[in-house]
Amino acid sequence: MERLLTVKGLTTEFRTERGIVKAVNNVSYHIDGGEILGIVGESGCGKSVSQLSLMQLVQSPPGRIVAGSAEFNGVDLLKYGRKSKEMSSIRGKDMSMIFQEPMTSLNPAMNIGKQMSEVLITHLGTTVAEAMERSADMLSQVGIPDATKRLKDYPHQFSGGMRQRVMIAMAMLCTPKLLIADEATTALDATIQAQLLELLYEIVNKYNLALTMVTHNLGVVARYADRVNVMYAGRIIETGTTKEIWANPLHPYTEGLISCVPKLGQKLEAIQGMPPALIDRPPTCPFLARCKYRQSECHKEPVAELTPVDGQHATACNVRLKEAGVA
Amino acid sequence: MSENNVVSTSSEVTSTPQTGNTIDVTNLKMYFPIRRGLLKFKVGDVKAIDDISFSIKPGETLGLVGESGCGKTTVGRCILRMYEPTSGSVVFNGRDITHDKQSQLRSVRRDMAIIFQDPYGSLDPRMSAGNTVGEPLKIHKLTKTKKEYKERVEELFILCGLNPDMSDRYPHEFSGGQRQRLSIARALAGDPSLIVCDEPISALDVSMQAQILNLLTTMKEKNNKMSYLFISHDLLAVQYISDRVVVMYLGRIVETAPSVELYANTRHPYSQALLSAQPMPDPVAEETRQRIILEGDIPTPLNPPPGCSFHPRCTKATKECSEVPPPLRDIGGEHFVACHHA
Repeated sequence: MERLLTVKGLTTEFRTERGIVKAVNNVSYHIDGGEILGIVGESGCGKSVSQLSLMQLVQSPPGRIVAGSAEFNGVDLLKYGRKSKEMSSIRGKDMSMIFQEPMTSLNPAMNIGKQMSEVLITHLGTTVAEAMERSADMLSQVGIPDATKRLKDYPHQFSGGMRQRVMIAMAMLCTPKLLIADEATTALDATIQAQLLELLYEIVNKYNLALTMVTHNLGVVARYADRVNVMYAGRIIETGTTKEIWANPLHPYTEGLISCVPKLGQKLEAIQGMPPALIDRPPTCPFLARCKYRQSECHKEPVAELTPVDGQHATACNVRLKEAGVA
Repeated sequence: MSENNVVSTSSEVTSTPQTGNTIDVTNLKMYFPIRRGLLKFKVGDVKAIDDISFSIKPGETLGLVGESGCGKTTVGRCILRMYEPTSGSVVFNGRDITHDKQSQLRSVRRDMAIIFQDPYGSLDPRMSAGNTVGEPLKIHKLTKTKKEYKERVEELFILCGLNPDMSDRYPHEFSGGQRQRLSIARALAGDPSLIVCDEPISALDVSMQAQILNLLTTMKEKNNKMSYLFISHDLLAVQYISDRVVVMYLGRIVETAPSVELYANTRHPYSQALLSAQPMPDPVAEETRQRIILEGDIPTPLNPPPGCSFHPRCTKATKECSEVPPPLRDIGGEHFVACHHA
């Protein structure tokens, strides 16, 4: 499969009163066409900001992309300005994003038909009538009954699950090559969440899209993702195929994260402590303070680069890399 | 709300049977009136809880699961008498508190506590951590001297994994997980026999969730008479912590059984769908697992469907289901299910 997106050394900072927060720190990964990539981590680990950086949607100031490149379809996204024409023509057309909160991402004062047709008119220059027709068609594809009639409805007239369906339909209008779902189903009830995930999976397979799933729900990743990036304190600390990571987690954080999920008849093993503050971090491993495998050298060495151990399976743990004889 | 009181004229409400249970809830109903217009005439009811009964034994953890709007939070609030139920009875440690006045409830409240979902909204931002935890001690006059008070607060801090040096700090200086620990410390202050945990881990990160679940379990190991009502939509967490589980849908109990039995032998189509909707964190098992995907949304409790309220979304629904509401039947082994076809 062809390489769709290659991110190299992406670093995003936020200037705050207390200092510079490196929300995304030297992140490199790739995604191929038709692939589902899961990005997991806890709040503040930079999973959302890394995706917003790619879309050039990080608010600036205080945010700033300070380094890195992101080659998408042969062009470097990070070279374009936030408000550049090039970026506007990519956003929503070749790359779309679905956000967590459908109520805040949809315009409450504009009916669904108008919001959806706007996408087609701007990107593809279709006529209003054609845009409306295609919007209705897309709405029925995501399982909204009476689609033509509902185009006249406003976001508040839809339930939470239906609103998220509208978001998916809107993101799919120009058949993008890459879809980014940022905690797209987190705010929904379990049965509705299951409905939407299956729908998303169906659509992604039907159009052969690449999907980046940003989530903190390990279950969702385990079910749908082909590969996983595990993020901690702004860095990718482990990456590999979903099965490899579950069968043989290399980084102590990944191991802890997997054992944090309650399983029947097993004592729950929690990771002690809290994620570190991201202001003025020392160059050592960010997981050091919470790690149960830490060694004395860990306090001295800078954190390892993400290094492959076995094929695609890579980790940034000094101890594990040494054990594997890689570092 | 008094117009609905006529329903409960049975003797169970007036006499209080000595069951030895921490909580006995019998035929509990909680209707919220909908008022419209200038004169605020009542035009209908939201039937948040519609005739449910259950009990919690001393030392037992009862899990309460269901989706938003199913009434699980209302159940917790009725038990703590933050709401006055429309009808039915709540008996707490042998005392009927269904219609007690606020002044009468004060003595009971020492023995019950609640932990809320949102650790940001549930703590007073202008009260220091120490005072937050110690307030119940002052209100219920549980400590005699200042020294004793200070020691008890310190003890509660350590018990919940907080550093007593942090007692002068204010809630905004704590992280979400630490705030939830503060809420737990405060809940434990009065040495209660019942803690209602209303989605205590939903707002937290995965690693913090595990810490809080472990803390709750440890607290119960220390005091084996204490009971939890654990309200959550996270079935894995409920399964982990509960002895018995109640599944609710639109204000009614659809299934209840001991935790192990419920997960091994799920009978109600809704419980089956709910369990199947939960993604299991195991890529190998997920590859082959078939999921039951329910059609449609949860109906509004304003106008629930007639008969079994789940029938419009149910795969097994027949004509009977749309006409006759199924009673909660005993199918053996303390397993009850409200379905015509289970």
